[in-house]
Amino acid sequence: MTDQRFDEQQPQEPSAGGMAPTPTFGGVTQHSGPIAEVGEPTELSLTWESGVELKTRSQWQYALIRFLRHRLAMGSLVVLLGIFAVAIFAEQIAPYAFDDIDLENINAPPTTAGNHFFGTDMLGRDYFSRVVFGMRTSVWVALVVALLSTAIGTAIGAIAGYFGGWVDNILMRFTDLILTLPGLAILLVAAVYFGAGDPLRVAIILALLFWTGIARIVRGVFLSLREKEYVEAAKASGSGDTRIILRHMLPNTVGPIVVNATLVVAAAILTEAGLSFLGFGIQPPNPALGKLISDGQSEGLKLWWLVTFPGLVIVIIALAINFIGDGLRDALDPTQRRIRA
Amino acid sequence: MLTYILRRLLYSIPVLIAASFIIFSFVSIASNPLAFLQMQPQISQETLQLIAERKHLDEPIPVRYAHWVKEAVTERFGTTTIGDRPIWPDLRRVMGNTAQLIITAELIAVFLAILIGVYSAVRQYSVFDYSATTFSFLGLATPNFWLALMLQVLVVNILERYDIRLFYVSGLSSVDPGTGLQFFLDRAQHLALPVFVLATASIASYSRFMRASMLEVINSDYVRTARAKGLNERKVIMRHAFRNALIPLVTLVALGFGGLFGGAIVTETVFSLDGMGFFFIQALGDGDPYPVMAWLMITATIIIFFNLVADVVYGILDPRVRYD
Amino acid sequence: MPSGEPVLSIRDLTVEFTTEDGIVHAVSGVSYDVYPGETLGVVGESGSGKSVSLMSMLGLIPTPPGKIVRGQALYRGRDLLKLKPKELRDIRGGDIAMIFQDPMTSLNPVLTVGEQLSEAIRAHNPSVREKEAFDRVVELLKLVGVPNPDRRAKQYPHEFSGGMRQRAMIAMAIANSPSVLIADEPTTALDVTIQAQILEVLKAAQRETHAATILVTHDLGLIAEMADRVIVMYAGRVVEVGDVMTIFSNPRHPYTTGLMESIPKLGGQDEWLRPIPGQPPSLISVPPGCAFHPRCFLSNGRQRCRTEVPPLRPIDERDHLSACHFAEELIGNESGTGLRGREEVA
Repeated sequence: MTDQRFDEQQPQEPSAGGMAPTPTFGGVTQHSGPIAEVGEPTELSLTWESGVELKTRSQWQYALIRFLRHRLAMGSLVVLLGIFAVAIFAEQIAPYAFDDIDLENINAPPTTAGNHFFGTDMLGRDYFSRVVFGMRTSVWVALVVALLSTAIGTAIGAIAGYFGGWVDNILMRFTDLILTLPGLAILLVAAVYFGAGDPLRVAIILALLFWTGIARIVRGVFLSLREKEYVEAAKASGSGDTRIILRHMLPNTVGPIVVNATLVVAAAILTEAGLSFLGFGIQPPNPALGKLISDGQSEGLKLWWLVTFPGLVIVIIALAINFIGDGLRDALDPTQRRIRA
Repeated sequence: MLTYILRRLLYSIPVLIAASFIIFSFVSIASNPLAFLQMQPQISQETLQLIAERKHLDEPIPVRYAHWVKEAVTERFGTTTIGDRPIWPDLRRVMGNTAQLIITAELIAVFLAILIGVYSAVRQYSVFDYSATTFSFLGLATPNFWLALMLQVLVVNILERYDIRLFYVSGLSSVDPGTGLQFFLDRAQHLALPVFVLATASIASYSRFMRASMLEVINSDYVRTARAKGLNERKVIMRHAFRNALIPLVTLVALGFGGLFGGAIVTETVFSLDGMGFFFIQALGDGDPYPVMAWLMITATIIIFFNLVADVVYGILDPRVRYD
Repeated sequence: MPSGEPVLSIRDLTVEFTTEDGIVHAVSGVSYDVYPGETLGVVGESGSGKSVSLMSMLGLIPTPPGKIVRGQALYRGRDLLKLKPKELRDIRGGDIAMIFQDPMTSLNPVLTVGEQLSEAIRAHNPSVREKEAFDRVVELLKLVGVPNPDRRAKQYPHEFSGGMRQRAMIAMAIANSPSVLIADEPTTALDVTIQAQILEVLKAAQRETHAATILVTHDLGLIAEMADRVIVMYAGRVVEVGDVMTIFSNPRHPYTTGLMESIPKLGGQDEWLRPIPGQPPSLISVPPGCAFHPRCFLSNGRQRCRTEVPPLRPIDERDHLSACHFAEELIGNESGTGLRGREEVA
């Protein structure tokens, strides 16, 4: 067989779970010499030859495409954006202030008169507005919880996973210990003794419980990556620990972290609602959906809207977030049907 | 197998001790048992002083911890700060009630979740599968207290409209529940709704997990080998796929014990059941840390114990783990 | 040369998979025969369709994404693709048995090895009792060279080493004295030192059962060692068929030639390895005409290669088939990969 010139584009194969180094596009002109290792830029061959054209996409683009295909997730994304819009522009959207009392109109069922779409409560306050403001608080708290717990969890998980050994041991025992305690109970104790009431405090308390899930996941990824060659290579070339963690390992955890963070948002909304319902969460004057429900409890039988609407809103938000989380999970690590030839 | 169990048992003990210390420190640091009392004008300074001494409140945490442990073991958690009521009898009573609620709910949930999960996996993409998935998503998105309230509203409305009492919406038993079978039925009618609410949350997550686990196993190499051997499909699913798929579920259920107590807290509050959840909320409201600590300690012990049970079950199902 | 009637005849087998990216043409119009007692090697890269064709024949391909579009698979006159599930099950593991690639994951971790083997026996012989089956299991384990078979049979797969697990898999496959034994990459997942042992076990199994063996692999050394005849597959199609000596010394298809050239040779002059340039095609968008033409040194862009699918036809010998329009041009181009070693032994 004689030496041949082959003008072909070498497609880049994204490694499973890893960030491949910047793809090199270009034809490989084959001489009687070493063939360029896939993925490594070499002095030969960066000329763009025409030939068999193969489209290459980066790993993230594939994920995006898969996500866009997930109809349920896309629909939920639209719903969620709508909810965010309402939450942000609550003042403009809500026809009344949260505390506006209208003693003429108490206990009115939902009606279009006077824009009381969700009716009014025992003090004549417009329920639609109350729900809207409550929604804003809930969403805000949930996002803060997700952010904080992700930060804490990632830090702890990364340290445990990267250093391994006794550091890992201690941190994981500690995490396990937290898991042996009943979550809601601990939150309640914290709320009572460290003081709740305003959204930020509630968010912090919740975050201090929710970090464990993310810590586990990040630790798992780090532990498996430690053994990979490119980490060893980085170490051998003298990179410091921080650099290795940040540049090489952390990007691999983004996928699972994002999925988990989404689920934390949903869980946080539900948990915060529960806390507020029991009276230990967000308290007046701050609006809270859970508190609305507990306030409406006594009259709930006749004035059904007092309990129904805030709960329905919670369900819709949580549902949308869960669908999105599901879509993200499918997009970021799809379970391929193995087709072996 | 026996060594495995023993090892797990021995491992649980330091966990228990560590948990007790954390519970004690956590609650003690944050709370001030005298705060509530100090606000009552009729209680004199001397009484407060006496109480402080008796509860060793002026000493450092580790010492107080030692006192507490001693009191817990010898005097069954001692007494409340206010009213000097023994903690244990109340706690024991409510434990029994909550046990009925939680155990029933969890057993039903696990059983149904396995059925639903396996069937969904075997008949993937069928109508059943899609419906089950939809219900699971709904179940995971619904706050349990809200579901409880909605059910209450529904049942009461039916009662008022049609005069049919399907279930009770509050309390553990009617005023005169009778004995034997009658008592049992009465209790069942009272617990039906709370059990339903608790079970729903569990079923939603367990069934999805079981389905995923089952799907993964069905596509595994050893199931392919089982098919290649010429076994009929039922054997392949039940003997090879199912047992393997069950294993990770054990871990999930074990991890969920903590959440069960949280669910109980909320459900008992809504349905006014005299259980641990109710007890806990009361204790928190009273501002007295001792019942709270006792409660947390008991709960942690129960959770650790059930984790141990889960480990044993895991060892029975998965021989690889026994020789750890 | 093989004689008599084939025990297995595959004709025009075409299998497709529907995926979210499009339809994967895993197997396209594959035809070949297997004769009693012979060892047929099936060679090809991953994605060539070598495993799928056999697994689909046995009904082991999940049929939501997969679909057998057309074809026949005649086993002793019966078309496997038309059998009812129960009938196919009787043949699976009984007349036709399969050994899979990865022994680590191919055995159920929660059942003992003995239980899994006796299951195979009793699935096809329901009247056999447990004790009898267990005795047979011990016999089989001894046959494949597992030491202390009676003790080992009661152990779990994780207590076996990789090589021993594969021996157990082989034992399971021959438990019911099959007429056809399919070994799908039986040594790929094993250490090199173990590979040789497993090959010996396979040979012993063949001797014991007189079964025809279909050996699927990408390892040419394995083919040289074990096969009587060889089928070369590429992109879901058969590109060359012939007996093993001819294939190695006189390949008549550019792909086969490329494969032979890519084997590192001891004492060779070249300093660089010579892989076949390019990548195997995507099975979703298979190149028109001959699937190999984009990488083919013989084609040189000739139009016929780009438009016409080359049929599998005899080249210079009745039993040597090649799917290349210009196979004749390869005559006289002996690449001499040297099966000399084997010739000497033979």
